[in-house]
Amino acid sequence: MSATHVGPLTFALVEPAKPIKAALALDRASVIAAISASGIKGRGGAGFPTGVKWNLAATAKDEHKFVVCNADEGEPGTFKDRVILTEYADLVIDGMTIGGYAIGAATGIIYLRGEYTYLRRQLEAILAKRREDGLLGKDVLGKKGFDFDIVIRMGSGAYICGEETALIESLEGYRGEPRNRPPYPVDTGFQGHATVVNNVETLAWIACIVSKGADWFKGVGTAKSTGLKLFSVSGDCTRPGVYEFPMGITVTELLKEVGGENAKAVQIGGASGHCVPASEFGRTIAYEDIPTGGSIIVFGPGRDMLHVAKCFTEFFVEESCGQCTPCRSGNLTLLEGIESLQRGQCSMKYLQELCSLGETMQLASKCGLGQSSAVAFLSIVKHFPDELMGRGETKLAGRA
Amino acid sequence: MLITEREKLRNNIERWTEEYGRNRSSLIPILQEVQRQYCHISDYAMQVVADLLDIHPVEVYGVVSFYSFLDHRSKGQFVIRLCQTISCDMQNKDRVARQLENDLGIAFGETTPDGKFTLEWANCMGMCDQGPAMLVNDQVFTRVTPDKVHEILEGCRRVFGVYAVERREEHLV
Repeated sequence: MSATHVGPLTFALVEPAKPIKAALALDRASVIAAISASGIKGRGGAGFPTGVKWNLAATAKDEHKFVVCNADEGEPGTFKDRVILTEYADLVIDGMTIGGYAIGAATGIIYLRGEYTYLRRQLEAILAKRREDGLLGKDVLGKKGFDFDIVIRMGSGAYICGEETALIESLEGYRGEPRNRPPYPVDTGFQGHATVVNNVETLAWIACIVSKGADWFKGVGTAKSTGLKLFSVSGDCTRPGVYEFPMGITVTELLKEVGGENAKAVQIGGASGHCVPASEFGRTIAYEDIPTGGSIIVFGPGRDMLHVAKCFTEFFVEESCGQCTPCRSGNLTLLEGIESLQRGQCSMKYLQELCSLGETMQLASKCGLGQSSAVAFLSIVKHFPDELMGRGETKLAGRA
Repeated sequence: MLITEREKLRNNIERWTEEYGRNRSSLIPILQEVQRQYCHISDYAMQVVADLLDIHPVEVYGVVSFYSFLDHRSKGQFVIRLCQTISCDMQNKDRVARQLENDLGIAFGETTPDGKFTLEWANCMGMCDQGPAMLVNDQVFTRVTPDKVHEILEGCRRVFGVYAVERREEHLV
């Protein structure tokens, strides 16, 4: 196994521990002000402004606050966090420590997905080294009154635990079923305490922002989507791997970089994202156009889009937590519909009903998983109608 | 299960409970230890955990049945999880799957009669650029091809061999 990435990442240019020194030289409010000024939004996909999140947690009246690093990277097609944790874990921990200082938390938790258990030993070693160096523990770097330490908690193979409230349920020892929001974790989080949950990549960028300045970060990207972003590129392209691009890059530009120019469609944002056809490759990847947590899956000319839709829907059938009906039952019905399309036994009327069901799921599901689980199916139906109807015996084995 | 084995299990769970703390949020770390050590979480283990954390055993079962890495039924010593999600699917995971089934003589979701191997599907394991990917317990294998399957399985079997020899020597000493 090697952690592939193409070209140098900004993360390589920032010296570990330096960002903490820079942050500790400022007061708490100034750290949060810098994060807010940079305009950084959550890199996990939801795109909530990190500065706002931290400010809410910092102003919450609570003795025990928590900083949680969401390393439950499970979105199909995403692997950037694995690369960050393998090569730049120090920056992520810097980001967590800065978060602890900014919001007034003494405990950080890394929620690492069970599939990444092989990274745990290395992370534990880094944490131990940082305790020795005074970067964790009592009075971090001699700053009186700032105690901060980090524990690692393992996930157990549930995609839904990447959703922040489900992640907190899991940390508390319950089934990973999302909670209603509000209340948000920033005031009622882990064990009822104020908690910020940030993606691995967000935390690493925060370390860079504190070190290089908010203006540097704001200088890249678009007005509404500032900064750089890591992309996990896989599928039918000649150079798959992790890439760093400014926000606002067009799909065409991205495909050129990764060697996927002849693609007929690109799935942006993983299974819960949008399937973008070639006619829309001029669109930009940014929170205001096509949002993404970084997953880019390229589909070459020969790909059967109905099979792609089936693969995504099977994923959601398995990963739905089962708590709310639109998601639990809706995805199963969609899957049956897709199978009947594959057999060539689906009427146009029934397909329209499936689409209407998909729209209901978007409206009525409780959490982001259910709300987004029909998006890929709907966009494939919209953009590739000629691949769906009147199919006969298919040679596809499906999921074997 | 023999009484002594039960006692051993109970002692282990007590030790882990001390280590992680006697509260609800320790539940999953404790269950993960049981899973790792015993390849599954038995009714008895769930009852002991529930007693120690002062919760109902059904609460424990609810958690065990929710997470795909925690299992109520007995699993093999090597759990092989092949990624079935789109990028690995596009990189011919089906052929690897067929070869795994052929070499192990079991279907996905099953355990070999000798209790050594369990074959399962996994959802995206973050190796999309190097697929098809599979996990053998905690170890990850990437760019798996059907002809490599035999080699990987042999690697696992060798672990059994060495383990057996070590055990014998230990006994002799």
